[in-house]
Amino acid sequence: MSRRFIATLVCLLPLAAGAGQTVYEHQLDNGLKVLVKPDHRAPVLTSQVWYRVGSSYEYGGITGISHLLEHMMFKGTERLAPGEFSRIIAANGGEENAFTSRDYTAYFQNLASDRLEIAFELEAERMRNLALDPEEFAKELEVVKEERRMRTDDDPQSLTYERFNATAYDASPYGIPVIGWPGDLEEVRVEDLRDWYRQWYAPNNATLVVAGDVDPEQVFALAERHFGPLQAEPIATPKRRPEPEQLGEKRLRVKAPAQEPYLLMGYKAPAVIDAETAWEPYALEVLASVLDGGKSARLERELVRGREVAASVGAGYSAFGRLPGLFLFEGVPAQGHAIDELEQALRDEIARLQDAPVDPAELERVRNQLIADKVYEKDSLFYQGMLLGQLETVGLGWELADRYVDALAAVTPEQIQAVARKYLVADRLTVAVLDPQPLDPAAAPAMSHRGAAHVR
Amino acid sequence: MSADRFRPRLWLGALLLCVAGLVQATPEIQTWETDNGARVLFVAAPGLPMVDLRLAFDAGSARDGARPGLASLTAAMLAQGAGEWDADTIATRLEGVGAEFGRGVDRDIFSVSLRSLTREPALDTALDTLATLLAAPRFPATALERVRENRLVALRQQQESPRTQASRAFYRAIYGDHPYAEDPSGTAEGVSAITRDDLVAFHQRYLVGANAVVAIVGALDRAGAEQLAERVVGALPRGAAAPALPEVAALAQGMQQRIAFPSSQTAVLAGQPGMRRGDPDYFALYVGNHILGGSGLVSQLMHEVREQRGLSYSVYSYFLPLAQSGPFLMGLQTRNDQAEQAITVMRETLKRFIAAGPTEAELDAAKRNITGGFPLRIDSNGDIVQYLAMIGFYDLPLDHLARFTERVEAVDAAQIRDAFARRVDPERMALVEVGGGAGQTARADEAE
Repeated sequence: MSRRFIATLVCLLPLAAGAGQTVYEHQLDNGLKVLVKPDHRAPVLTSQVWYRVGSSYEYGGITGISHLLEHMMFKGTERLAPGEFSRIIAANGGEENAFTSRDYTAYFQNLASDRLEIAFELEAERMRNLALDPEEFAKELEVVKEERRMRTDDDPQSLTYERFNATAYDASPYGIPVIGWPGDLEEVRVEDLRDWYRQWYAPNNATLVVAGDVDPEQVFALAERHFGPLQAEPIATPKRRPEPEQLGEKRLRVKAPAQEPYLLMGYKAPAVIDAETAWEPYALEVLASVLDGGKSARLERELVRGREVAASVGAGYSAFGRLPGLFLFEGVPAQGHAIDELEQALRDEIARLQDAPVDPAELERVRNQLIADKVYEKDSLFYQGMLLGQLETVGLGWELADRYVDALAAVTPEQIQAVARKYLVADRLTVAVLDPQPLDPAAAPAMSHRGAAHVR
Repeated sequence: MSADRFRPRLWLGALLLCVAGLVQATPEIQTWETDNGARVLFVAAPGLPMVDLRLAFDAGSARDGARPGLASLTAAMLAQGAGEWDADTIATRLEGVGAEFGRGVDRDIFSVSLRSLTREPALDTALDTLATLLAAPRFPATALERVRENRLVALRQQQESPRTQASRAFYRAIYGDHPYAEDPSGTAEGVSAITRDDLVAFHQRYLVGANAVVAIVGALDRAGAEQLAERVVGALPRGAAAPALPEVAALAQGMQQRIAFPSSQTAVLAGQPGMRRGDPDYFALYVGNHILGGSGLVSQLMHEVREQRGLSYSVYSYFLPLAQSGPFLMGLQTRNDQAEQAITVMRETLKRFIAAGPTEAELDAAKRNITGGFPLRIDSNGDIVQYLAMIGFYDLPLDHLARFTERVEAVDAAQIRDAFARRVDPERMALVEVGGGAGQTARADEAE
């Protein structure tokens, strides 16, 4: 297909959701899957390497190791000095970073479109030849502990979310915080990282995604040249560690220095990956948009405006995890309202969804937003690459990027009511409340939840 | 580790190829005025069936006067009732056609943004709604009380963050009585005192044609863009541009402030008034700062504080040029007991940079990063519309983007050293530390 034809396709058909999404796929002999999405609007590209490993692959004692390894991927290889990877990318005008989640670890470079080979050469090198120098590790571990303090320990809502997750899940590794438990970060050794690297970093456990001003055949040839020589490894399929049936509502209270209380509610919900009924996760996604798809959605309309019981409120759900997760609600009560009033108001909204089908006009709004978002997302190369990498890495397959909008658009009011009745029920629920403690240090008691983490 | 350094084979060749490609990648900016005096900047982007619109009024928080938070609250109230519509109707009209409406206030700019599909009836509905919000907001009294209360909750939540506390203290320290001193979100006292009349007066004075810049990027032709601009701001009175803000005085002396906070880390900010938009030293300071603390993982500050010593996850410096002198600042956050060490490293790194300037190798690497990465800055409509608003608002030359890389290339090490020596004084910095943990035990231990 010629470049011109692709460009025309993008121009003519973007309003039909799911159309115009030309993606080229090629698998190397060593198992590395390469996905290319040409987009010639600007002379730039994003190159992303996605590994099938993240905190949900971890277990007690080594939590946080996937994220720590992500940091160490910048600290030298057999042929690259610590930091040299970043200096080379910078000198080529590139932006780079990496991110770790429950389901994946991904590395990216955004570059002018004639510099793809530099990214490939460097990524191929660190896919198999990481140095993991003990001195570099010792320093980087301290950086990660600082990151944990900044992101979690000193942020009361984030701390509440961490403890909430750990309580909501009994067996599922989704209860593990991505950044790792403080005690595990104290005990992790460079040998642990060496094992983790060997276990997961191989071409047959990765997906290479390139989006931008590129020719797919050239990308495949470059990938062959740089990643082709890398050895595949036997990769053990991670155990699913399924969550046992929850036997009643769970509640927890998190005490931390804060000014305002905060409420989190989560209902165990299926995901596309394991849904017994295929449409259910899509119905839950649309349900989330009915509740929280903007200022006109129900939660903002009814609880922030209407009843004025919430200062801020939200709902969220992702159908596209590697494992089933939670349908989440969060909120901060409005001035003069207690946190249990907010909880009751959210339960009232859930009851309303269970009692009556949503108005077709609300669904029409959600559909129009979906169609528009599918156009808007084409303004971001990075997001387009990310969507492909994410779907492929969690095991759903990138082809779903073409289809999921249709599945969402097909959801009916009755299906939304059905999933509300089936999944938003008390026996699947965990509730966490942030209980604010004084910020004035003179008045604050020593905080026991911090103590253990900071003794060196 | 092997001493054999890695040499990517294509490195040089790729660099040469790229330089030629840059000029044509710069978007062509068209500009004109609406009938009521708003300046319009437009870039045609036919690739996607959508349009991005960004309005920049000279009505940032520097115009709050005695009521910090006024501009921000006015912006929040625009969508709470306008023309015949209440907040529910406004939200439904915009979101029902998939449009994205946003507003934000910084120290200089009151901005309103809209992203919409160009197909009908989406675009027509979105523009009609936006024009009404701008020209005929009702500021309903009951909505004001609700939005005010929720704003006060948000302000209290800000106090939970040592970094936000540090930022507020830092700006107050370097700006004193200047209107840049307060955070755009305002203060509890200011937000509590604002009346409906204040909102009406602020809107009447500042949301006017002569005080507006309109940036448009999208699948429109010139005629379509002209119509669009007239439709959105045409109903606003011409009014008058806001007067210039007072100049910012340099700090008379260094100062230090410690705020006790029950956090595991100490948030540190250090700096002073820096430069304005359009400053003659802009490129020397910009490229110099890139090397000092503006280039992420490869900056000097990152190298010294994080890579060499593991003291902080994030450490940076930047100039934030504003209409008057915006700040130069350096920041980090570290475990309480090593805050003093980290501050010393940060200070020493700055002093060394001022004294020695960058090496040729550092300067070369920085230029290659900035110029080689330039196409990434303007690779989306969302990026370009922000540049247009900035160019229009600060009255930068229209060739700002086209000549950006050439001006970066022209900077040499002597200019950077000279500019930093004149413009950054490490002896007259405001230093703010927020942290210390529960009680003062952490510091007492350290002193032993």
